[in-house]
Amino acid sequence: MTQGVNEADRPEVLEGDGTDLFSKFDPVIEMRRALLDSGVTDPFNLVMERVLSPTRAICNGRDTILLGTYNYMGMTFDPDVVAAGKQALEDYGSGTTGSRVLNGTYQGHREVEQALCDFYAMDHAMVFSTGYQANLGIISTMAGKGDYIVLDIDSHASIWDGCALGNAEVVPFKHNDIEAMEKRLRRIPEGAGKLVILEGVYSMLGDIAPLKEMIAVAKKHGAMVLVDEAHSMGFIGPNGRGVAEDQGVLDQVDFVIGTFSKSVGTVGGFCVSNHPKFEILRLVCRPYVFTASLPPSVVATAATSIRKLMNGAEKRARLWSNSRTLHAGLRGLGFTLGTEEPQSAIVAVIMPDLERGAAMWEALLREGLYVNLARPPATPANMTLLRCSLCAEHSEEEVQTILGMFERAGKAVGII
Amino acid sequence: MDRAEIDSRIRTLIEPFNKKDVAVTDATTFAGDLEFDSLTVMDFVAAIEDEFDIIISMNQQAEIENYGQLVTAVGTLTQGQA
Repeated sequence: MTQGVNEADRPEVLEGDGTDLFSKFDPVIEMRRALLDSGVTDPFNLVMERVLSPTRAICNGRDTILLGTYNYMGMTFDPDVVAAGKQALEDYGSGTTGSRVLNGTYQGHREVEQALCDFYAMDHAMVFSTGYQANLGIISTMAGKGDYIVLDIDSHASIWDGCALGNAEVVPFKHNDIEAMEKRLRRIPEGAGKLVILEGVYSMLGDIAPLKEMIAVAKKHGAMVLVDEAHSMGFIGPNGRGVAEDQGVLDQVDFVIGTFSKSVGTVGGFCVSNHPKFEILRLVCRPYVFTASLPPSVVATAATSIRKLMNGAEKRARLWSNSRTLHAGLRGLGFTLGTEEPQSAIVAVIMPDLERGAAMWEALLREGLYVNLARPPATPANMTLLRCSLCAEHSEEEVQTILGMFERAGKAVGII
Repeated sequence: MDRAEIDSRIRTLIEPFNKKDVAVTDATTFAGDLEFDSLTVMDFVAAIEDEFDIIISMNQQAEIENYGQLVTAVGTLTQGQA
């Protein structure tokens, strides 16, 4: 059980019948209370007491296989990456204490941006403090009043929040529905600025977008295109540049958004682009200007990791092999999965409901396996999902162990 | 297109989404009375957009809470159309 004293969603004081600003959270507090009263371990309060490798940690005193960390390429303990971080900590100190446009641009920030330009073969790269801020900043700054944003309804929270922070008209369309997207683009008033926002891999079900067709439609209607490739960097596409590269349309993408917190193995976000005026964004993008830049150790680890990912063909092959084995194995056991075929390094196992999903999550944790529990409203169609993300460093043996754990837990909970 | 025609066309469109057969008046709210969740809203809005060949952006949707406001908004958005 949890060791937490003060839990964010279980306030200690619930006295009196007056309402205040927190009353709006009562339904969420109640839903959580009902779930926890059923006796399950809190799925959103797990502590990793020690981290042994990209694929192993000690959770609740138990050696646990990590299958829900997005650490796709296993770079977090790469000796070169760790050494670069230590050296930068020695040479540049623990933090920059400043904005990128004031005192917060060190040599390392320039170097990681150059590494991104080289990785994507693009002219410009802009690094943000998180991936969330990259979407928040780029979207809210680029699409202004009178402009139209056309986006997939299953877009990540950071994309929606970027829309909410800006002043553009926001027009969603049904997930991966090319015709629905086309209709909306066609109806936009003549002369209005248009930005189409897509993702390479959608992280909830692990499915990919038909970018080739969608980008062709967007370009036909004169829209600029932004593609979030957070869940594809490093292992999808001939050079690991993502789904757009894999489908041969990366040159049609105006802006690629990405993150350092998945394949790269640290934290930070970025946008790369060939737009000739791109650099002006550094002065006008508020989530870039009004926050401190990443610590020197973080940008040094990121730059080293990105350069190693350029030569990651062998790791990529292992990751795909793991993804295919897990997908086929879980299907064989009788689980319902988010995609018919493995399309990415995410395998989403669809649970019948939140209660059994939480029970299954806990049963797996007791087996020594960590996966993500995803539940409404973060999920499409109000599904409860056990989201598995594979790592190139999972051994073939570990994948078989994982399948055994799923089989025992699934039978114990009555899902298979 | 006059208000009565818009009203009648939206009434037809709303039927499959009105699972509890709530009697729809101008004051009927989507979130409260009809209990539309976000997925239902998306499908319902898409149906109206296709019917009238218009865009109702999220920004505009935020201002529409009840049925009467929707009919008015569609009327405004279709003005000037052939």
